[in-house]
Formats: sequence, structure tokens, C-alpha cells
Amino acid sequence: MRPVAPFLAACFMAAVMTTTLKPEQALAAEGGSADVEVVRTPGGLEAYLIHAPAVPFLSMAFDFEGGGALDPEGKEGLAYMVSGLLDEGAGDLDSEAFRTELEDRSIRLSFDATKDGFAGSLKTLTEERGRAFELLRLAVTQPRFDEEPVGRIRSQILSSLDRQLEDPQYVASESWFATAFQGHPYARTTQGTPASIEAITVDDMRGFVGRRLAQGNLRIGVAGDITAAELAPLLDATFGALPEEAAPVEVANVEPMPGGTTVIRKNLPQSVVMFGHGAVARHDPDYYAAYVANYILGGGGFSSRLMEEIREKRGLAYSVYSYLYPLDHASLWIGGTGTENARVSQSIEILRREVARMAAGEVTQEELDNAKTYLTGSFPLRLTSNDEIARMLVGMQTAKLGPNFLKERNGFIEAVDLDDLKRVAERVFSADRLHVVVVGNPPDLEG
Amino acid sequence: MRETVLGIGTAALILGASQAAHAGMFNPETFTLENGMKVVVIPNRRAPVVSHWVWYNVGSADSPLGQSGIAHFLEHLMFKGTDTIPPGEFSRRIARNGGNDNAFTSNDFTAYFQNIARDRLEMVMEMEADRMTNLRLRDEDVLPERDVVLEERSQRVDNDPGARLGEALDNAQFMHHPYRLPIIGWRHEMAQYDREKALAFYRDHYAPNNAVLIVAGDVDAAELRPLAERIYGSIPPRDLPPRTRVQEPPQEAARRVTLSDPRVRQPSMSRSYLAPSYSAGDTAQAYPLQVLAEVLGGGGTSRLYRELVVNQQLAVGVGAFYRPTALDLSSFRVYATPRPGVDLEAVEAAVDAEIRKVLAEGVTEDEVARARKRMSAASVYARDSLGTAARTLGTALTTGRTVEDVEAWPDRIRAVTAEQVNAAAKAVLVAGHSVTGLLLPSAPSEGASAQPEGEAPQTPPIGDRDQS
Repeated sequence: MRPVAPFLAACFMAAVMTTTLKPEQALAAEGGSADVEVVRTPGGLEAYLIHAPAVPFLSMAFDFEGGGALDPEGKEGLAYMVSGLLDEGAGDLDSEAFRTELEDRSIRLSFDATKDGFAGSLKTLTEERGRAFELLRLAVTQPRFDEEPVGRIRSQILSSLDRQLEDPQYVASESWFATAFQGHPYARTTQGTPASIEAITVDDMRGFVGRRLAQGNLRIGVAGDITAAELAPLLDATFGALPEEAAPVEVANVEPMPGGTTVIRKNLPQSVVMFGHGAVARHDPDYYAAYVANYILGGGGFSSRLMEEIREKRGLAYSVYSYLYPLDHASLWIGGTGTENARVSQSIEILRREVARMAAGEVTQEELDNAKTYLTGSFPLRLTSNDEIARMLVGMQTAKLGPNFLKERNGFIEAVDLDDLKRVAERVFSADRLHVVVVGNPPDLEG
Repeated sequence: MRETVLGIGTAALILGASQAAHAGMFNPETFTLENGMKVVVIPNRRAPVVSHWVWYNVGSADSPLGQSGIAHFLEHLMFKGTDTIPPGEFSRRIARNGGNDNAFTSNDFTAYFQNIARDRLEMVMEMEADRMTNLRLRDEDVLPERDVVLEERSQRVDNDPGARLGEALDNAQFMHHPYRLPIIGWRHEMAQYDREKALAFYRDHYAPNNAVLIVAGDVDAAELRPLAERIYGSIPPRDLPPRTRVQEPPQEAARRVTLSDPRVRQPSMSRSYLAPSYSAGDTAQAYPLQVLAEVLGGGGTSRLYRELVVNQQLAVGVGAFYRPTALDLSSFRVYATPRPGVDLEAVEAAVDAEIRKVLAEGVTEDEVARARKRMSAASVYARDSLGTAARTLGTALTTGRTVEDVEAWPDRIRAVTAEQVNAAAKAVLVAGHSVTGLLLPSAPSEGASAQPEGEAPQTPPIGDRDQS
């Protein structure tokens, strides 16, 4: 939710994983031998903590269940707009005073909304810890929603929507969800539409805060320079004034619409493609086999079949990727690529062929072994930043994986055998069910 | 959801291994091999992993005339095999060993890295050393890769009006120096890449005496040195071509570049001023200019944000951006996006008024003190990550700086005074050294062949191809 700076030069990389969504990889992040402490506060809150005192700061991530999918009809973007305003004035501090204090103390506080949750992050130097939690308490319990910041944030969202409506990646992603989940809240955009953003009132936002920010639907992950004994009272002081329980999350479980190709005509040199279909739930016993299958098919960077066939052999794309995306009420396998208009149908043809090959269970022991050594070996690699660890500790709670997940996870991968892999590949993947959205100007595609 | 300013705290970051909690930097260990290859080790025992990098002192600004982007193309081809490793096998072998790898190219450097368990360090060193000298290229690998980089150009630039304007802006800011060229290259020159051009560039520039080895993570110099001496130290040095780049003449005419595109719904403006870097021009200004960028555009309490976004309600986003790391000159930039319904002219006038105000009245000691404090704190956060340490040191060592410079960054920022910031502002914010870029909507017309796209890339790309 940050407008971006135009015209910034960037380095160019051999390969870039474009992430338009926050997939499950966020929670399969860290590994290694770090010990997760379950912190239970006197007030009844629970948090996962990894104590890492080497650098004098901490990262905290937290998530309240229930996000953009709960936005009322015509008020799409409500959760998202609230996420932009909680750090714009609270308690006795107006927007300027609040922002000044955050910046002068180098406290990084931000909020974000996803389809399923309302997330936040707090990062603070040890020396500013007390005030950092105090400011967070004000933000979640006494947000002000003053006229100036409300108008400003509203205009920022409108401006950013304006820009995104011409961003082929955004258009492809939004269109995919709109068509795959027609009639379901997942079809609607988390960031809202110009009309819905205009329609949102301060009362709507106060209502959201009152309904959604509670203790019962809150998950907390902390990594860095703080002990359990120091953290517990801070958590009670910060979140203790919130209501016990949030309003119930009333979102139906849903399967994405199978099949079909949608072409959205845009005068672009390169067609942007998004594809996907239903998959397996995070708690499904077949999840890890599906995870391995995805690695082999499209998740494995330079080592995936899609990368080999579409990029390496034929030079059809710079980027092609896929991932499992388990939402709270639907399970997806999705991915994307981009190819010049004249050749994009060739990329889609190869994609379908490779999906069909996986769906037929055509996978070898060698591919399974290679996937395992990568997936298990790379797991500890990301145990190198407090931010990532904190996010992952929240993800572990969201997905109900338990505090020992970091130690158990590689065992789940190792347990996948070739029969599992074939069976699950046949169950999960299907070229016929593949739903494809193309944004661009392909000469030989209709839909 | 606030406009973030990239590059000030980020590009300039120092970071280090997060082992000691003392407030200093991370104390990397350094040595040089007999063949001239520099080595930097940043011990960090947090996890049993290492981040292994080789940086070459060659980048897009070293491309021969007519071969813009060839450095980046070669970076892609470095994955296409050697005498002993088949095409594409490099990354697959890293992955089979539980590692991630990637590479990237900038104006002044090309960097290759692998993140992997510490017990595989020797293996990745062997592989990286192998492709330093034994690259083998076949047309059947080179030609599809040429299509790949053309698709990359489409994805990053041609599909995006903001990125296309950015190319025009760079091209106008540098009238003569090769920084005017896009890192990825001009399309018509990319289409002419071939095996011979890539190999000639490789033979000229890829040698141990033109490279820096950086290893961060669960290793120290005593452990690394014997490996480095055996694996990299056995590669003979080569005569390197002199790194002569044409230099920028004095600039005196303010320039404007305008791109109108039917796919632009959200106009924006950007102003770029030719500026010194750590290594070129009046280098003493590099630190004050970082503080100036922070005071002008460094977040929600910066001058531009308070004035244009909050008080006057003319803009939705503003920022200031200065990257001090360059072998030659750099640029200082400010940008703004108007609120829906506000004319771009009004926003540009307000930006100009803020710049005039800085020049006439100066920034205050209090503003500078606040900026200094925020920037030093950013250096603490940066010490948390393995990759950032290696990236910062690699960037420094390939753009004319030393490890000591990186280590001293917080102290040097803390020493900046308001007087220095004001002097740097007066020296740099000169209309005759500037380019103003305007991104405008245009009514779609019959036959208008706009090559479009919507959104500027948010940050330098993160090549995270790791999906687990």
C-alpha cells in the first residue's frame, strides 16, 4: 500500500521471482535449530518468540483474523483503508505528532490488509521499546481518523488504484480472482475500487476496528532482542484493552471456477499471463506432496520444468513461476509469466502441456530426490532476519502448525515418497481446470 | 502506504554481521590473494549458512559502443556452462545442494551469489572459480537467452511508461557519460548480441584481479583463506583493459523530457540534478547529500511530504532520492505525484518553491540532527541480514571505496552539519544541471502505438526465486 517512486534505476538480475500475492512461502520460511518459545501472558494472550539478542532491536508481526473478504458490499477496500490510517494519529497525538514520534525514535510501524487478515508489524530498537509498544497500543485502541489524514490517505489510495488499473500484473491478478471466485467475497478486490473508496466513512472504519481488532483472533510473532519475561507484560499492556472476541468471520469455503481463458485487451508489447486452479488446503495430509510437486513444476526457480521449457529452451519469458496459495477458505495453485504478444500462445501451450504431464503423474525419483534436497537444505537459509522470522511465527499460528513446526517441517518433506507424489499430482493438477488470464494484445487468442 | 524513499537509508547502508552487540560496525576481515583478488569475510554465526559472492569490477557503463547492456547479457550467459558443467546445470547443482543463487548487473559492477549451508562453501567456490575462466558458449544456448533478455526488457521497461520515461531521464541527465545508457540495453542493440560479442567482453573483464570475493556467514578469515588461496588463488591474473570512460562535460542547460501515453492515468514528475558521488566530483558532499535527501523527502515528516502532501494537499506522494555509490557522477532526485484533480504544473511549482526555500533559508540544525539520528538507527536494522552486509561491501568495493569507508558510515553521517548540507544543496540543486521528467496521460488515438504499462518498479528487484 505504498505509492512507488517513479523512475528509480534498478539492478537487473538473472531471474526475478515476481510475487503479486503473499503466498505460503512466507510461513515456510525459517528453519534450523532456533527454539520457539510460546509466551503466555497473565492476561491470556499467546505469542511465539525467538530470542535473538545479537542486534539490539526486535521485530514483531501480528495478524487479526478477518480482512478484506469481510468488507461490506460497496465498501470494498475498508480493511485496506483502515490499514493506512491506524498509524496516522491516535490518542492525544494527531497525525503529525504521531508520525514525528515514530520517525524520531526510528520505530517502524505499519499495517496491511489481506483477503483473510489484518496484519501489522512493529520494529524498534531496544532502547525505544517501551514507547514503541505504547504507540502501537494507541494505534489499535484509540485511532483518531482525523479529517486531514482520512482525506490524504483516501486520495493516495485513489491515486494508486488509478495507476494499478493500468498495471498488467495487477489487472491480471484482480481479473483472475474476479472470474475464478465470481459471487464470492474472494472475487472482490482488497484494495477497493474508486467508487467504494469514495464511499467509505469514518464510521465504517471505526466499525471495522471495533468488530475486527480483538484478543481472540490475534496471532503474534516476535524475533530479536527481548526475553519472554520482558515481552509478556508489554503484550498485555498493548493489546489488553481490546475486546475479548472479534465478530465471527462469515466467509464460505469455495472452489475456484475451473477452466477458461480470459483475454483483457491492452496495447502492450508483452502479454502478462496469470494462471491457476484449485489445490489442497494447508492442513490437508497431501499438502507437502503437492508442495514438492509444485517445486518440480514451477516453484523451483531455475530448476523448474516451466522455467526449463518456457525460458531456458525457448527464450519465451524472463520470468515464469508458480506456487501453492492456501487461503483460509479456498486453496489455490497459481502462477504467472509474460511473453511478447506474438508468442504468448506458445507459452500457454507449453504451460498446459507441462501441467498435463504433472497431472498424469509423470515424475521421477530423481526429481523427487532433487526437490527434497533443495527444500530441506534451503529451509535454514532464511533464518537470517528478525522481520522474516516474526512473520513466519505468525504464519505458523495462522496455519495451526504448532510451535515445533520449524523442527518438524523437513520431516514432512522427507516423508513424501514417489507414490504419494504421483497420486497427489494426479489429484491436484489438471490442464483442463487451468484458468488463464492474459492481459495484452495477443493476435491469436480470444476469450 | 506512505511514499517510501528508497535508497537513502537503504542504498547507503552499512551493515554487518550481527554477532557483537557493540554499537560499532561488523568488523569484516580482509585480505588479498597473490593474483590480486580481494577477499572480504563477514563472520555471522547466527545460522550454519554462508552467503558467497563474487563481484566483478565491470558493469553496463563499460559496454563497448553499440553493445549497450552486453554486461547484463553476459551475466545471463554465465549460467550457460563450462568445460565441466553443462548448460543450466550451475543453478540446478546449487539447488540440489539446498542453496539459492542469482546474479545482477549495475552500472559499475556485476555480482554473482549463492546462499547455502556452510559445509557446501567449498563446492560453490569451485563452481564460481570454474566459470571465471572456463565459460563455454554455444549458439543454441546464447540465442534463446537473447530472447530472454528481450522479454526481460519488455517486462521491466517497455510494458511500463514510468520506466520508459526513466530511461529518457537518465539519457538526458548524462549527456556523454555511459551512465546515460540503460543497464539492460537498447532493444535494437540487444537484438544484435551474439556469442562472439559476449565472449569478447568476458575475456576482457573476467579475471581474479578484477574481482572481489565476499563471504558472509558461518565462517571466518582463518577458515576461508586456505580455500580461497587454493581455489581462486590458482587462477592467473590477466592484463585488464584500462577502464576509460568518457566523462561528462559541464552542464548548463536545464532539460525537460516528457512522455505522454494513453495508459498513464496518474501523471507524475521527477527532477534529477547531476550530483557528486562518493568517488567522483566533490566527494565531500556525498554525506551531506544523503542527509539532505532525508530532510527533504525521507518520510512522513520530511519537508516535501509535510508541505506538498499534508499542508497544501497538492500531492499524494513525494520523495527525494540520492545514491552516493557510483564510480563516476551520480544524481540527486526529487519526485512528486499530484492528487487526483491537481495539475502537474501546480505540483512542480510547489516542488520548486521548496527547493528555493532550501537554497534561500537553508535547513536547520534540528532537522539535520533528527535525520542523522534516523539514519544511524537504520544502520542497526541493516546489521540483521546476511545479504545486506555482502551487498553493501560489494557495492562499495566495486565503486571506488574501501571497507574502512563502509565501517565509518555511521560516524560520518553523525558528523554532518547543517552548514555542510546547505553548502551541498547550493552546489547541487542548480537548474542548469537538471532534467525534469514529466509522465502524462494522453488521449488514445488511432494508430498511436504506445508501448504501455502501468507502474514503476518499487525497489531494486529482489531475485528471490526461492519458493519454499
